[in-house]
Amino acid sequence: MSNTNKSEWPLWEVFIRSKAGLDHKHAGSLHAADEQMAIENARDVYTRRMEGVSIWVVESRFIHASDPGEAESLYDPANDKIYRHPTFYNLPDEVKYM
Amino acid sequence: MTVHSFQEHFDSLIDRELTIEPRDWMPDDYRKTLIRQISQHAHSEIVGMLPEGNWITRAPSLRRKAVLLAKVQDEAGHGLYLYSAAETLGVTRDELYDQLHTGKAKYSSIFNYPTLTWADMGAIGWLVDGAAIMNQVPLCRTSYGPYARAMVRVCKEESFHQRQGFEIMLTLSKGTEVQKKMAQDALNRWWWPSLMMFGPPDAESPHTEQSVRWRIKRLTNDELRQKFIDVTIEQAKILGLTIPDKDLVWNDEKGHYDSGPINWDEFWNVVKGNGPCNKQRLETRKKAWEDGKWVRDAAMANAEKRKAKQEAAKAA
Repeated sequence: MSNTNKSEWPLWEVFIRSKAGLDHKHAGSLHAADEQMAIENARDVYTRRMEGVSIWVVESRFIHASDPGEAESLYDPANDKIYRHPTFYNLPDEVKYM
Repeated sequence: MTVHSFQEHFDSLIDRELTIEPRDWMPDDYRKTLIRQISQHAHSEIVGMLPEGNWITRAPSLRRKAVLLAKVQDEAGHGLYLYSAAETLGVTRDELYDQLHTGKAKYSSIFNYPTLTWADMGAIGWLVDGAAIMNQVPLCRTSYGPYARAMVRVCKEESFHQRQGFEIMLTLSKGTEVQKKMAQDALNRWWWPSLMMFGPPDAESPHTEQSVRWRIKRLTNDELRQKFIDVTIEQAKILGLTIPDKDLVWNDEKGHYDSGPINWDEFWNVVKGNGPCNKQRLETRKKAWEDGKWVRDAAMANAEKRKAKQEAAKAA
């Protein structure tokens, strides 16, 4: 009655740009047999209320993610570089538009 | 990092009202509980399409038909958001369907009741979706990211569901005598099962404490049920319909309505599988899955054929 894993449709991640000028945002995932079906399914599942001008679909297996457990060491180099922040710099009050 | 500090880190995220995401470490029980809760929520949406799907071909007007179609389509979408969220926890869609079809997983027992008249569409939208909204709004702040985000989407879409239901009840209750009676009859049949949607009383709900601790449940069953009663009584007054509970009386001291006893025997009986439509709902789902196998297989075969053609063209 239940199918073997081989015939289960692959999993796709869906990204939607809701309005021109905005980024694509991750909306969720869905199963589809190929990219054409994935886009049509994404339209049906995630944009019933016209929430999208552009849809991206990527098979989930092609997404590579950083390991949250390694966040400390991955981001450590940025931790002590406070000079990347504008507030690090003291300017005289007379300086305008900066 | 030792296991001990993974647990501490997880606990501190929970305590600080921060969100747990799919690749974060989580206790096994947290993962198991979430898979069960999210997937049963998903199953409920999909099975929930059936009682209302029953009336699509017999809606009294084109507008009512289009609206009901849109609502049922939304329920399919909600199920899919939730399956997607459950799958981030390491379970496959096939496994989840198998759990539903073999009875290992449950779905909300409200959907085991039959829809006998058009007025049931009104009662379901008003009461069942109303109860669901009351449960789902706090879940928008639940600790697991994909579940919370799915709930935000669902809540945005759910409010039209309740409004269309109430509008049906309003039209019927201001209509002919026959229509008024039909609306009252639907209310009589759906009131108590809707209250049961919030689950057993807190005293008999052993998972509640842990779920509250993990921010998977933000308000208790009884708290939500009381809120629902207070809000809905006022709505029933506008409809000019009578809620079938003679013990409803405003309690000034508590600032809530006191209400009559719920028949928990009926609740447990339906949960165990002896409700009016349990068998029919499950058979319908299994049939849809089995009858659709050739479509799934054909789609895969077609996709593979196209891929092979594209690769051959590239190589040429």
